[in-house]
Amino acid sequence: MAAERIPQEQDLVLELPTDIRSIEHAVDYVMRRCRNCSEQERRLDFNFRVGLTEALSNAMLYGNSRDPSKRVLVEVALQGGRLEARVTDQGVGFDPTIVPDPTSPENLAKPCGRGLFLMRQLLDEVSYNDQGNQVTLVLRLQSGGILEGGVQA
Amino acid sequence: MGFEVTQNGEVTLVEVEGQLIVGNRQELKQQVLEQLEGGDKKFVIDFAKTGYIDSSGLGVLVSLSKKIREQGGELRLSSLNEDLRTLFELTKLDTLFRIADTKEQALEGF
Repeated sequence: MAAERIPQEQDLVLELPTDIRSIEHAVDYVMRRCRNCSEQERRLDFNFRVGLTEALSNAMLYGNSRDPSKRVLVEVALQGGRLEARVTDQGVGFDPTIVPDPTSPENLAKPCGRGLFLMRQLLDEVSYNDQGNQVTLVLRLQSGGILEGGVQA
Repeated sequence: MGFEVTQNGEVTLVEVEGQLIVGNRQELKQQVLEQLEGGDKKFVIDFAKTGYIDSSGLGVLVSLSKKIREQGGELRLSSLNEDLRTLFELTKLDTLFRIADTKEQALEGF
């Protein structure tokens, strides 16, 4: 499914093909590597899972335009209770400031456009690089947590 | 992960097992559209066995609801767990769908 890179301490690095079938497995894999205490379980297992899934979907569907020759890089790090996932595609990038609000009445019945909105709602920080082909998601975990190393895909 | 389609009188019940995400949304769409083309008008999609819906999954529900309405039918949803309900509330899609607590309630009086 994914090529591996040598992980830094407390980091996970995955390189995925542009294949939407790999998203579920990749997210499950990252989630299995993230351990935390019970009171944080929902924020980790729901908010972070949703955010990472949406970031990978956007990278493959829109960033890489489903081009199977392009890759998506996923880097996950946990430091001081700050869980950060950086997702980079090989597309030309986009301007995240011009994405319309999917909850406005004129957009509510549209079938797409909710991915970035959900990321922004559920994560503590969502930021893009200048090119717009790399999104960084941050979830703050009050009680810290453990990110297991030993990447295996 | 899959979809179980059963007929309950005039109502087509689709139970989503696992996840409704970008990887399998087309399968759900195809199954419901086949039933719609076959003349079915009333649909319930039940999420009692569903762990997660992503934005693509939400999008396919919006799309199906529109197509069913265009044919004079209705799509109802049921059995959203706390996480799924949060997704519908955040996106305000809870205002677009009739959502029942259980599939039995959704089927009742349809």
